[in-house]
Amino acid sequence: MAEKVKSVATMKPGEIAIIAGFTDSEISAKLMEMGCLPGAAVRFNFTAPFGDPICISVLGYELSLRIDEAATISIMN
Amino acid sequence: MSQPQRPIIALLGNPNSGKSSLFNHLTGLNQKVGNFPGVTVEKKLGYTNIPEQGTTEVIDLPGIYSIYPRSLDERIVAEVLLDHNSPNAPQKLVVVVDATNIKRGLLLLTQVLDLGMPTVLALNMMDLAAKAGVSYDFLKLAQKLGVAVVPINARKGEGIEALKKEIANAKARTIGSVFPIWKEAEAPIQELRKQLHLDNDYEAYQFLEQPQSLTFLSKDHQQLVDTIRKKNNFFPGKFQGAETIQRYGFIQDLLNEATLKQADYAWKNFSHRLDKVLTHKVWGYLIFFSVLFLVFQSVFAWASYPMDFIDGLFADFSSWLSATLPDGALTRLFAEGIIPGLGGIIMFVPQIAILFAFIAVLEETGYMARVVFLMDKIMRKFGLNGKSVVPLMSGMACAIPAIMATRTIDNWKERTITIMVTPLMSCSARIPIFTILIALIVPDTKVIGFFNLQGLALMALYLLGFVAALVSAWVMKKLIDVKERSYLMMELPTYRLPKGSNVGLTIVEKTKSFVVEAGKVILAISVVLWVLASYGPGDKVEKAEEYVMQETANMRLTEQGFQDRVAAYKLENSYAGVIGKAIEPAIKPLGYDWKIGIALITSFAAREVFVGTMATIYSIGSAGEDDENTIKSRMQAEINPDTGEARFTPAVGLSLLVFYTFAMQCMSTIAVVYRETKGWKWPMIQLTYMSVLAYVSAFIVYQLLR
Repeated sequence: MAEKVKSVATMKPGEIAIIAGFTDSEISAKLMEMGCLPGAAVRFNFTAPFGDPICISVLGYELSLRIDEAATISIMN
Repeated sequence: MSQPQRPIIALLGNPNSGKSSLFNHLTGLNQKVGNFPGVTVEKKLGYTNIPEQGTTEVIDLPGIYSIYPRSLDERIVAEVLLDHNSPNAPQKLVVVVDATNIKRGLLLLTQVLDLGMPTVLALNMMDLAAKAGVSYDFLKLAQKLGVAVVPINARKGEGIEALKKEIANAKARTIGSVFPIWKEAEAPIQELRKQLHLDNDYEAYQFLEQPQSLTFLSKDHQQLVDTIRKKNNFFPGKFQGAETIQRYGFIQDLLNEATLKQADYAWKNFSHRLDKVLTHKVWGYLIFFSVLFLVFQSVFAWASYPMDFIDGLFADFSSWLSATLPDGALTRLFAEGIIPGLGGIIMFVPQIAILFAFIAVLEETGYMARVVFLMDKIMRKFGLNGKSVVPLMSGMACAIPAIMATRTIDNWKERTITIMVTPLMSCSARIPIFTILIALIVPDTKVIGFFNLQGLALMALYLLGFVAALVSAWVMKKLIDVKERSYLMMELPTYRLPKGSNVGLTIVEKTKSFVVEAGKVILAISVVLWVLASYGPGDKVEKAEEYVMQETANMRLTEQGFQDRVAAYKLENSYAGVIGKAIEPAIKPLGYDWKIGIALITSFAAREVFVGTMATIYSIGSAGEDDENTIKSRMQAEINPDTGEARFTPAVGLSLLVFYTFAMQCMSTIAVVYRETKGWKWPMIQLTYMSVLAYVSAFIVYQLLR
């Protein structure tokens, strides 16, 4: 059975991963425009005090997004 | 200047790309706010001097990431770009790209290039790029992109002349499109181009891709696009992701060739360290609330001096007018209606200026994005957005600039809810009412040793307004059934020092638009109110002095006392007084009589009028008007004829306090909501719900306590 897909939302502060794809087509177009491209490196920087939203580094800049938005970005194991 | 002859230039770029700095440098104070023809969203425009071209109109378009729109702002830009054959559309584009964040900026540039308009790339923030150690081969970039590339530093104004020269010679990319359109799209594109006479394939492709951005087309043409789309089985959005990937691929290849030295992100270290503190779960909030406290202090403390000065100036001017000009209806209209009405507008300018100075500084530094980041989760629970925090807090000073500040919220529903609840935050105009009513019903004693009971009551009222705002927002979240996804996805820009001229120009722009736009409505309403309060049915107002003379013949009144009675008599018999008596049955359950009714009516346009009306009604002339104790003692002495006891019992006082906390008694706010929502629907809903809330709450309070 396929194990649970890892996403940006499951990353820990300081962790770096490679974006594999998206699980939500509606939001993926916008995410890609913002530089979250399949194959691109993403660094999980920190979360807001209540764990949501989060701040990631992608394409050389800092992007904040909500945890449910981050959960649609799957990463390579 | 309605029909510009020379090519209009539009500035385009990502948010935080420094587009506004460039716009300010190009146009200086030569800016104004206009409307795009057909669409009801503001555009900022100004004029600059371009070599060989002369004075040229420059439009500052809202910051966008892509020509595929998601927010209202973005849709406007898409329409402006697609409707480029309209006479008011820009003919030349300057795409501003942050050199430290070049890939994301180039995505937008490549989209624009494919539209085939003359374009110049302004590579901004070259100073920071130098700091980051990155350098590019500009000739290579220009050659591969097919348009001129100009390195600039918009904050310092470097490279502006070179940019202007390139704008004069701007050309479209002629070396093929960056994005090869899919085979399946060929047929509908060719058909569209032939039918609508479009200049280029990508433009036609966008017509197919963006059915929502074609409002500039006639109904027939929109239908035509629809038909062609259906006939060819074209599904908008299907290939959008693939297009983005393809474009980023092109950009990566381009940069592989044109980058001389890779960026080193060490220059961001300071920013990262700052974020550790400013978004910390304890320090983050503590610092944020300290900043808020500072803002309030400034708005209240600093603004009160110029406000009093302006208030006095207009008061002096009206008395000078009535003393100088021959007595007559026209003179009184000016002295008692128009001039005080204008004063009421101008008086708010210092508060608005100070508030916008702070907001501009917070935005310029990049701190505002962190506030949004900190508050987003909490605010979402109430149907708001992290970006709602700023308007809500500003609303404690004045709802007018606060509502203007909601423009940063992309999501329509969240923005509308924010606009709807902001006037519940207790603004500074409520302070005089709160002060006098609290003084009437709350004893001036200390609790737990040092807390002043009256002070606590005032704080409780502010809290009441804030809680009401959150609860109303939550209710509206449930009621407004709009399936528009809410996104955050926002850049956290690197911290920067604010630039004085940018802050200054923001202040000028916001204040000017407030005075002009809100001013028109306030002026009209103040004239109407003046008429209502100055004229009445029959001859009672006109011959007030005679009537009062008869009534008080046996009393030994001083001249002042007599004049006071005349003023009160006039008000009682004016249309406002008549209306006050007419609405008495409706407000009796709240504990009010017709005199308070007059105050409710006169303060409909501006709540701060309440105290002044009270003063007039209870026969306190101008001499004692700013002597609070006099008003207070007169109000205390007022007897309720039904009960034979004091009129202002704790029940009545509290009922009034609650009423004024919730009621939408501010014409300026209604005007600004009308302007910001582009219609009467939302201001009317707002007026209704706040009035009902005020009435019902005051009713409950009075009935429970009496």
